[in-house]
This record gives sequence, C-alpha cells and structure tokens, in this order.
Amino acid sequence: MEKFTKLISRAVPLATENIDTDQIIPARFLKATDTLGFGDNVFKDWRFHKDGSINESFALNNSNYSGSILVAGDNFGCGSSREHAAWALVGYGFKVIVSSFFADIFKGNALNNGLLPVQVSEDFLKSLLKELQDNPSSEVIIDLENQTMGSPIGNTTFEIDSYKKTCLINGYDDIDFLISKKDKINAYEATL
Amino acid sequence: MGKTLFDKVWDAHVVDSIENGPQVLYIDKHLIHEVTSPQAFNELKKRGIPIARPDKIVATADHNTPTINQHLPIKDELSRKQLEQLSINCKENNIQLYDLGHKNNGIVHVIAPELGITQPGMTMVCGDSHTSTHGAFGTIAFGIGTSQVAQVFASQCLLLEKPKSLRVSVRGKLKKGVLPKDVILYIISKLGTNSGTGYFCEYAGNVFEEMSMEGRMTVCNMSIEMGARGGMIAPDQTTFDYVAGKEFAPKGLDFDKKVASWKTLPTDTDATFDKEYFFEAEDIEPMITYGTNPGMGIKISQNIPDIEDRSFEKSLEYMNFKKGESLINTPINYVFIGSCTNSRIEDFRVAANYVKDKQKAANVHAWLVPGSQKVAKQIKDEGLQTLFEQAGFVLRQPGCSACLAMNDDKIPQGEYCVSTSNRNFEGRQGQGARTILASPLVAAATAVEGRIVDIIKHLN
Repeated sequence: MEKFTKLISRAVPLATENIDTDQIIPARFLKATDTLGFGDNVFKDWRFHKDGSINESFALNNSNYSGSILVAGDNFGCGSSREHAAWALVGYGFKVIVSSFFADIFKGNALNNGLLPVQVSEDFLKSLLKELQDNPSSEVIIDLENQTMGSPIGNTTFEIDSYKKTCLINGYDDIDFLISKKDKINAYEATL
Repeated sequence: MGKTLFDKVWDAHVVDSIENGPQVLYIDKHLIHEVTSPQAFNELKKRGIPIARPDKIVATADHNTPTINQHLPIKDELSRKQLEQLSINCKENNIQLYDLGHKNNGIVHVIAPELGITQPGMTMVCGDSHTSTHGAFGTIAFGIGTSQVAQVFASQCLLLEKPKSLRVSVRGKLKKGVLPKDVILYIISKLGTNSGTGYFCEYAGNVFEEMSMEGRMTVCNMSIEMGARGGMIAPDQTTFDYVAGKEFAPKGLDFDKKVASWKTLPTDTDATFDKEYFFEAEDIEPMITYGTNPGMGIKISQNIPDIEDRSFEKSLEYMNFKKGESLINTPINYVFIGSCTNSRIEDFRVAANYVKDKQKAANVHAWLVPGSQKVAKQIKDEGLQTLFEQAGFVLRQPGCSACLAMNDDKIPQGEYCVSTSNRNFEGRQGQGARTILASPLVAAATAVEGRIVDIIKHLN
C-alpha cells in the first residue's frame, strides 16, 4: 500500500448526498478479477449519458475543477460492500475523500487502499463546497500526522483510528499484522 | 451490568485487543462468491500466504450467473471467466464450492441458512453487504470488502473496532397484508439510511418473535440499508426448529448441547443499548418506495412527501415522480420477485397464493427468481410452480439476477420495476431503470393488475 503523510491539492466539489457505491462503480463493471482499470468507469453513469456523450454538468467533467481530493455530500459510500468503489476512486486519481459522514464498509475499504476519508462537520463541509464552487483554484492541505485540514475557509481537525493512521503513514496493511498474531489465533482455535 | 446478545457473541470471539485500537475477531464461517473474492485470492498468491482455514469457507456462484439455460456455457466472456476463476481458486485451495447447477447452489444468503451452515452464536462474514441476513439466527454476520476477504483467508480473523449497540423494538399486532418486508421498509423510512452507521442493531419485541425464520432474514437483510453493519434477532425455539435436521447442523446430543448454549445468548434484561427506538405494529402498513434510496418509503396509501431539498428533488426527477402525488394506479411493466431479501419459499407461497386463479397483466414482464436450487425444488414440490404457470408466470433459475443486474436480467431505461429486492439506487437494476421496493404480496398484485394498487383495499 502507498504511504500517505501530507497532501496539498485542489479539490473537486460534488455536492450530492447519499452517494452509494453503485454510483461510484456500477455493477456491470464488477466482472474483472483484478483491481486495475476501475478508474476509467468511476461515476460512469453520472459522467456519461447513456448514448456515451459527456455529461457536461457533472463536477468531474467541469474543466475548472481538478485535484486529488473529492469533497462530497453527507453519507458518502453507502450501499454495497464492493471494494471496487475504492479501487475506482484511487484509479481515477483521488487520494482523499472529504465528507460529513461516511458509510462503515466504504470507510474501511478506503483505508485499506491508502485512500483517506476525512470527516468534517456539516457546516464546514457546506462552506468548503461553496468555496470550491466559487473559487475552483483554492487549495486544500491534508496533514495526516497532525490530523489537520487547511483551506481558505479555515482549518479543522479530523479523527482517525491510531492503528489505521500508523498503517497509512508506513504503508502497512492488516494482513501483516494479523499474521503476526498467529500464536494467539492458534491458541484461540485450540479452545473451540 | 447485563450483556446484549451482540456483546455475548462478540466477546466470545475476541482473540486479542490493541490498546486504543481495534480488536482481533475470530470468524467462524466465511462465505465467498465470484465477484468479491478473486482479487483476495490474487493477493495471497502474490504474497505467498496460504489460506489459513479452507474448511471454514463455503463458496457459491450467484451474483453474475444467468437465470435461464444454466446448463449451457455462459455467453458473456467476462462473466464466464469470473466464474471459471472461482472454480479454479476453490479447487486450488480445497474450498467447498456449490457451482452453477449443483443442488446446493443459490444466493449465498439463502443457501447458508437452508444448509444449516448458519447457526446461532457464530461470527460470519462475506464480501457482500447483505451478509447481515444471517443475524436472523442470533449470529454476528456482516459484509466486508475484498481486502478483508484476504485478511480472513490469511488468518481466519479480522481487525475491527467494536460497533456501538442499537435496539429497534416493534410491539403489537401487524395488520392483514403487512409482511416482514413492510416492517423493515417502515423502520428505514422512519430512521433514514445512515441512522445505524457505526452500530449493530438488535430487533426485539413480539413482532419479530412471532415471525418465521424467513421473515426474520428479510428484516435482518436490510439492516445495512439504514447503515447498520448488521442486525440480529435473539435465537428461540423457532430458530432451533429451523436449524434442526439441516445438512450441516449438529446432530443428536451435539445439537442438544448447542441448543443449551444458544439459549444463553438473548440480551440480559438489565443490559443497556447506546440507542433505542420503539414502534407500534398497528402503525405499519404495506410500504413502497418512491425515491432512490431505501429510506424514501411511504405507506402504499400515502402521497409522496413535499420536502425542499436538492438531493430529494434530484431523486424524484430520476424517478419521474412529483412531490405530493400518489403512486396508486401508476402503470408498471416490470415486476421482480427474488434477491437475498425475498426469494425464500415463504415469499413464493405469498405470491402464489395471490396469483392463484388470476392472470398476469398483459403489459407486465415478471421475473420470478428463486433464491436457490432447494427453493426452486420446493416451489415445484408444493405445486406452486403449476399455480404460477397457470397464471401466466415463468419461473427462472436461481441467482441474484435483477437485484443488481450484473447478468442479462436488466430493467430497460426509464421503466419502473416493482421489486422485492433491497436497493432502489439509480441504475441498480439496469442503466436508467427505476426501482420501487415492495413486499412479495405487493409485487404479485402489481404483476396481476399491471399497476400499483392499494393492497389493503384490494384484499378486503
């Protein structure tokens, strides 16, 4: 997993609430047996009309917006457990998702792929979305070490599990950790 | 202080705890399918890690399988390759696979309970968010991502933070025509799609106690639609009777011993929850959804609410509905009875009972998809297939089908589908398709009438 410490980037505002993983990556693209190529189909049915033409009004198609931070409405990533949603966002180039609320399974999947979910207050999110829409060149600074986020509308802090933080900063994943617990797992199994 | 059902099962499975961090939780059963497992197998192979406990894994092909002509080679190349990969991975790793055509094949959340794989007090996971279904047995069961599938492969454990506890109680007597699906759609319409995020939910009260196991599974199945990772119902005699005699259930003295331990699982009377909600059964009516998330549900007799909100309005635009309108008499051309929510024998009994001596409306394409080979056989053995055929319906072969439209069972652009599945997200049943969630009774009535009807008036 890629290491994550600090990121300074412009951000894409996507002011829709309850964005489910079916929107992030529609089911018809889940037929692959590897983790590559999903970025091409991220938000496919929002980026393109059914006839294949580009939906100009969608945030990701707005040439004013760029950067590796996606700022999205409340309850991001609800629905299906498909990790393909995280692979698609990472594949497209996002490194951070900012929202006022994340669905559980998505949050875990994101962290397991070096994609940082940053949860902010509803008011902060609202102001940030407006700022990015008004001034698309505004930059956002994410500092994982200090758990802070800086922006033209002000600074805020965010929460992250200390174990997961260590994993992200060092590029570790849970498999290494769990295998290191082999003796304890064997001891538990002996009691079954 | 007393413990909840969830606490008892969770605490019994903790292998280790990290200070100020997650816990290592032991997993008793790991269910896998073709869509969310291949990348996990690749990961282990790449790192040279063997699968820790293949004997605790059960595989089935369900998400991406055709529901007609299952004996023929699959036409879609990517789908065929994905299924072939599952067979190869299971064979290489000595994992039990119920492949297409096997008598135990079917939707993962339908087959595990009917085979007795699901048992009270277990921890169960699957790379599928509707794994919450198995909570109907008093089991901690939840959906995981593919990285976590790889973690369970490698260690038979997961690293998790213990969720908070939530209890939803429904007491009283349900009205005629109100099914378990209506109960859970009602709860989600009241609580919203993220009220359960961060929580594990217990359903309590006489309404759930009086439900069959099939009904309890329908309820627990949709826990994730209010954000809860899982839902549970305390095991009781109904549970024990269901499990008894199933293929992989303990037998004889072993079973009696298990029952004695399962009886200790229900929540202690002095246990407390982080959050509690109470509902009256008499307030619940047959439900339908009008929007693009499962929380956007109303009683079938109600009108769409008038809410000033951009996301709400965007959702109605997608559905081509207007604020304040009633859905009664909306013409419907597609009906789907199936999915891990409502494809068990009881669901087909309800539907068959309604369509008996009636005829499917000429405008309706109805897809009736049993959850498993066993359910399909039962439909035939009980004579329900004949009733369906006489009413003009055709039964398809088991699988997830039009619930997520990964196979060819797609609802066309712009069409409404009254569906017994669990999600009405944009495009869920096909690009541009418009899903209306409902019970098998409402779905059957829609198929006969060709439009949405006020089922309560209709039954009287």
